Amino acid sequence: MTEGIVTAVNGNMVSVETDGNVTMNEVAYIETGTRSLKSEIIRIRGNSVQVQVYEITKGIKVGNKVRFTNELLSVELGPGLLGQIYDGLQNPLPEIAEKVGYFLEPGLYLKALSRETRWHFTPLAKVGDTLQRGMAIGWVPELHFRHIIMVPFDLYGEWKLADILPEGDYTIDENVAHVVDAKGNTKPIKMWFSWPVKRAVDCYSERLKPSEPLVTKTRIIDTFFPVAKGGTYCIPGPFGAGKTVLQQVTSRNAEVDIVLIAACGERAGEVVETLKEFPEIIDPKTGRSLMERTVIICNTSSMPVAAREASVYTAVTIAEYYRQMGLDVLLLADSTSRWAQAMREMSGRLEEIPGEEAFPAYLESVIAAFYERAGIVQLYNGQKGSVTIGGTVSPAGGNFEEPVTQATLKVVGAFHGLSRERSDARKYPAIHPLDSWSKYEGIMPQRAVQYAHSFLERGAEVGAMMKVVGEEGTSLEDYVVYLKSEFLDAVYLQQNSFDPVDAAVPPDRQKHMFSLVLKILASQVKYKDKEDAREFFYDLRQTMLDLNGTPEDSEMYDSLYAKVEQALADRNPEFENRGLKAISALE
Amino acid sequence: MNKIYSRIESIVGNVIAVKAQDVAYGELAQVKTRYGMSLAETIRLDKEMVFLQVFAGGRGISTGDEVRFLGHPMQVSFSDNLLGRIFDGAGEPRDGGPMLSDNLITIAGPSVNPYKRIVPREMIRTGIPMIDVFNTLVKSQKLPIFSVSGEPYNQLLARIAMQAEVDLIVLGGMGLKYDDYLFFRDSLEQGGALSKTIMFVHTAADPIVECLMVPDISLAVAERFALKGKNVLVLLTDMTNFADALKEIAITQEQVPSNRGYPGDLYSQLAARYEKAVDFSDAGSITILAVTTMPGDDVTHPVPDNTGYITEGQFYLHGGHIEPFGSLSRLKQMVNGKTREDHRSIMDAMIKLYAAYRDTLEKKSMGFQMSVWDRKLLKYGELFEQRMMDLSVNIPLEKALDQCWETLAECFEPRETGLRSDLIQKFWVGRK
Repeated sequence: MTEGIVTAVNGNMVSVETDGNVTMNEVAYIETGTRSLKSEIIRIRGNSVQVQVYEITKGIKVGNKVRFTNELLSVELGPGLLGQIYDGLQNPLPEIAEKVGYFLEPGLYLKALSRETRWHFTPLAKVGDTLQRGMAIGWVPELHFRHIIMVPFDLYGEWKLADILPEGDYTIDENVAHVVDAKGNTKPIKMWFSWPVKRAVDCYSERLKPSEPLVTKTRIIDTFFPVAKGGTYCIPGPFGAGKTVLQQVTSRNAEVDIVLIAACGERAGEVVETLKEFPEIIDPKTGRSLMERTVIICNTSSMPVAAREASVYTAVTIAEYYRQMGLDVLLLADSTSRWAQAMREMSGRLEEIPGEEAFPAYLESVIAAFYERAGIVQLYNGQKGSVTIGGTVSPAGGNFEEPVTQATLKVVGAFHGLSRERSDARKYPAIHPLDSWSKYEGIMPQRAVQYAHSFLERGAEVGAMMKVVGEEGTSLEDYVVYLKSEFLDAVYLQQNSFDPVDAAVPPDRQKHMFSLVLKILASQVKYKDKEDAREFFYDLRQTMLDLNGTPEDSEMYDSLYAKVEQALADRNPEFENRGLKAISALE
Repeated sequence: MNKIYSRIESIVGNVIAVKAQDVAYGELAQVKTRYGMSLAETIRLDKEMVFLQVFAGGRGISTGDEVRFLGHPMQVSFSDNLLGRIFDGAGEPRDGGPMLSDNLITIAGPSVNPYKRIVPREMIRTGIPMIDVFNTLVKSQKLPIFSVSGEPYNQLLARIAMQAEVDLIVLGGMGLKYDDYLFFRDSLEQGGALSKTIMFVHTAADPIVECLMVPDISLAVAERFALKGKNVLVLLTDMTNFADALKEIAITQEQVPSNRGYPGDLYSQLAARYEKAVDFSDAGSITILAVTTMPGDDVTHPVPDNTGYITEGQFYLHGGHIEPFGSLSRLKQMVNGKTREDHRSIMDAMIKLYAAYRDTLEKKSMGFQMSVWDRKLLKYGELFEQRMMDLSVNIPLEKALDQCWETLAECFEPRETGLRSDLIQKFWVGRK
């Protein structure tokens, strides 16, 4: 094993002198005498190696011994990940708390997966079967999931199953099977293995185009700016615009099998809310607590910066692992800007030539590579699995023209831009309907969405004009367009995440409501004057808001729905041709 | 035995370099100059060279001065003897009292395990209606006071220090004007709060390095008291000076600046301090209120901007009062449902009406005619500013809520307020 000696310390970057072989991104431990601190090689120049330390570097001395492990920074993959709370390096935080109490202790690393728990293993492969990495050999029940035990992802080539244990209870450290290759090399297979976090898992036959919508039950997303399974999206926004709340709501309501929450460099308090709430909330789909489908990777803002960078990779690797079992996984990263800042810090210490706003020149390619790990794939057995990535961005000063937002926009498939203006006006979710976009197909036909969206555009124009010429200088026709866009905004785009019914709207209900909204948008009514038009829309709005808070399987829902239709019919409306086409597209 | 080195190789700004062995990163040293002794902290190691940041600054240091390493990182004494005392940024007494050296603790310790945190649940009463009623301060919250130079933010902090219902106050002053320091000392003394206060004060005349130490020392002491079961309120003023000190030192260290000259790790540096706010499940708590002056009244300036991403809301201090709009306590809904049943509703109603008053004020200034409703609003606005927004008002929450009802009754009919009928039945003044 290669060893080295510390020659310099600068912040969380340490230089090491060594004459052995070392690997880029290899893990090393710095021995301070009382502690061994985990670190990662980030530059090699001759005999001098620079490592970033995942801990506070206080106490390191020139001359301290450094142990290189010859392994890249890896995570443990196996049964027992679900429901866990890990730090950025996959240390289980509850167990650390049990061991050392309130504070995190530098140099304390615990096993991510329990070695004591016994899992009920059922073999799937038979002796003599030809296997490749990523193929199933058996399964264990993990909560309500069928957790597939796979050939480790790093066993390249073809293998034959030599032996396998019968159905029974085993710990993850036991060899449940052995495989042998053409040359007669034998490898044991356990129920867990490790995989380097910075390498994308690539055990699948084909990558597919994301086409199936991922339902978030947030109307403005599902209807207007949809996300696809295996796709990517980003949520930039100034502080206080509700990024984290939107992520929390999505993590709760999204129709996926597994959710990974990567709390990367944000407030600890917000993670605590998730930690305490999720075990209490029952997922209607499975009848189990939400925590059972969730893995939290938590590296909050005051935890060591280098581990912040690792945390998003740790999260995406676990996501890919579950994807390999044919599941749909959603990874929510909050916030990628903090991760980019961690890169900037390290780049500064390496004295690299800075790019824009001192971010390193490779910022864009690193962000692109990360989002590219999302995707929907066809596995060897024909099943499909997906990883969807949604990342928040915290642009400095709320200005989207900064490097991290711009680099992210280049690679994502949907953009949910939050605006200060909308959040100040308490219009939540504060996704700006004119700035945002999505390249994915959603649950609604394009034609219907575009028709509704055209009102938002025209309404904004009229609104801007009205600020100059006043209400009296606006024509009745324009004013009605404005009222319609305000109506659409109030009853459909905005959604109350604290209301038990309105918080999560399933696709069928969205369609039902959207057709009603489209009908109102398409209606052409002769109003007496602006006052008359305003009253009409205010009344409609009030009823629609009541409707939003009413469960769909109730009489109340039907009667309120009918009330809106009746109010419209009372006015003997004609309907715009484009609007009728939009409505029929929906049916 | 600690070795003494008597050859300083380089002096750049406040940073000196000596050739030394067996020095740990972060270790403290004493530098003896002809002007006296100063502490210095190891901020970089490069082969046999040790770079030290001298607390008293680089001025007057000679290459022949002595450097003695102490073998430990920056520490501060922790005991009940701290109460009522005033220290500088290096932890030395500023009040003429004895130097404390018992039970030393290391500052800037590791972060709290997120798993051990609990959801905030208790309010801190300050007697200031704009806080208690409208933006309730919650135990373990971290809140900045965004303000501009010239506003009475230090007066506000002093009031909070005297009135807040906490066991202990730690006041950290950074770049304070000397008269501001005296103001704090005298007003706390007169208010009788000095005995439960510990002050760490760096004045504008002190060396810049000491400014950097103030938040860490203050929070390390607060943390120990919190672990002993005390509810501690940490008041910091002004964090912009702290950020500027970071900037100054980063630039002299030739670090690549990121935004407006501030170092790239400004967010992490600020977060490391603010995130010390915590409620220990079976001990005390730390709550942080920190003044952040916004250069040019610009909230997108890097210091307030990064702060806003870290903290749980903000108070805007403008025109001598806490602005009802823009100010936000993100944690208030965790506690204001439990105070009194009318709290949330009256809070919303009062703010909505005040917003309407502001609109009317605008109309009035443009010379529009005032309707009956407008005149009601004008009366209401004036009373609201007098009874709620004036910073010198000191009343308990319940009394403040009662005053809200009184004010409404003086100005409006019940149905004009948009309040729920059951609350009106119960609380409307003059109705039983």
